[in-house]
Amino acid sequence: MDMTTARWRSERPLHHYGMPAWSMPATGYRTEHLPADLFAGIDSGWAWGGADGSGVRVCVLDSGVDGQHPMVGPVEQSWHIVAQDTGPPRAEECEPSDTAGHGTACAGIIRSIAPRVSLSSIKVLGDGKSGSGSALLTGLAHAIDEGFDVINMSLSTNRPEFRNRLAELCDRAYFRRCTLVVAAHNLPIESYPWNFASVISVASHAEPQPMRYYYNATPPVEFCARGIRVPVAKPGGGITRNSGNSYAAPHIAGIAALVLSKHPWLTPFQLKSVLYHCAMNVLPGKEGGVLVTRTV
Amino acid sequence: MSPEPFSGITERGLLQSVVTVARHVYRAAASSVFMMNPDTGELIFAAVAGAGEESLIGTRIPAGTGIVGWVAASCQTLVADNVADHDQFAADVAAATGYVPASIMAAPLVADGECIGVLEVLDRHSDGSDLPSRDLDDMELLGLLATQAAYSLSLLQQRERGMAAGRRLGGLVARLSEHAAMDSHDPLAVALLGVSLDLLERSSTVALRG
Repeated sequence: MDMTTARWRSERPLHHYGMPAWSMPATGYRTEHLPADLFAGIDSGWAWGGADGSGVRVCVLDSGVDGQHPMVGPVEQSWHIVAQDTGPPRAEECEPSDTAGHGTACAGIIRSIAPRVSLSSIKVLGDGKSGSGSALLTGLAHAIDEGFDVINMSLSTNRPEFRNRLAELCDRAYFRRCTLVVAAHNLPIESYPWNFASVISVASHAEPQPMRYYYNATPPVEFCARGIRVPVAKPGGGITRNSGNSYAAPHIAGIAALVLSKHPWLTPFQLKSVLYHCAMNVLPGKEGGVLVTRTV
Repeated sequence: MSPEPFSGITERGLLQSVVTVARHVYRAAASSVFMMNPDTGELIFAAVAGAGEESLIGTRIPAGTGIVGWVAASCQTLVADNVADHDQFAADVAAATGYVPASIMAAPLVADGECIGVLEVLDRHSDGSDLPSRDLDDMELLGLLATQAAYSLSLLQQRERGMAAGRRLGGLVARLSEHAAMDSHDPLAVALLGVSLDLLERSSTVALRG
């Protein structure tokens, strides 16, 4: 293999300005061989075979979670972010509820993949007056302090003034064995924190299998998971179908929880490596890997 | 350059153009746009093409509520199916028009790092392809349309701010002209008038450049 011209080694722009999506191809696949080889003995059977998420604490940082929905099951702890007259907003315990329905949908996906996981919710959206950026920072800091193993963030902020603080928090999570799984943005604008190296970023593929996911060899998006017409919990009960990267991230969060329930010693770096290793398009052999990218 | 060629553009007209294009590209039952009130976070229904209709313009959705509220708060594009029975806005549309949308696709309008609104398409491709992979393309295109719309709105707002400044300056110049006409021998008044006219010309040019 010519290592100098391989696409995955090519120069990348500082910013992918104008590139709308790092999702699975909608109109076809371009395949290109990657230098890939298996870590001996590590496959999906090793990673999550027989796992059910027991003992792993997952937090959904979102619009809240409806604790009554049968797809979601028990919500261990629930907080919302409350604005203060003076000083930054703070997290207060509350009953698990969700006005937008989005957090409930994400929680249901995680539960469907890792049925015995401990699910908690931090509601950072819903009160437009307090500013979603500062609520997001407070909520994320609280989730890290609470020591969750996995935090699902199907949201992002475009406000550059939050970038540095968000980056600090994501690094803190990374070094505290708290894995952040973040939905990638599919607009041609700068947003955070999905494009930070310390998190696991996820875009969508259009296939219907919840455990099927792909490694993307041209970051910043690292994985593609099910994100189109996903059956999700509907507010007030029942099931509906939604699409978006928001629903791809909880699939990877659920799979990460499965892996951690078997191998709780994994750091976020090791966990990301295991996820890479077990992706559908990372195959054994010198010419075995497949680069998945858009054809246009 | 003078501002006249563009003076007929209003925010309402621009938004109407955006929803008309979106409805056309997706062969959709309707497209609508919501603008965010920056003080309250409420989303206000601002323009519509197709089913959904004018009577709903001005309808307010509390911050963070429903599908458009989620899109505005999270800055994520999404598609939701079977929405009529659980989305407040879809329910309002159904109640006001008798039209019940099956699916909503929505993307945030982001300008200068802020979400300023949401672009929404109801029941796209009602007569076309139903492949799941199509949804990825649809969301990507909606994101591009929303980004273009947000840029246009941002430029329009900048221009309006520039024109407002020009109008204030114009008022000053008019008063100065009156003074100079009364006492045309006052060299200071004539010099000030000249400088003011230069400034006025410059502010119009800057406003047009955005």
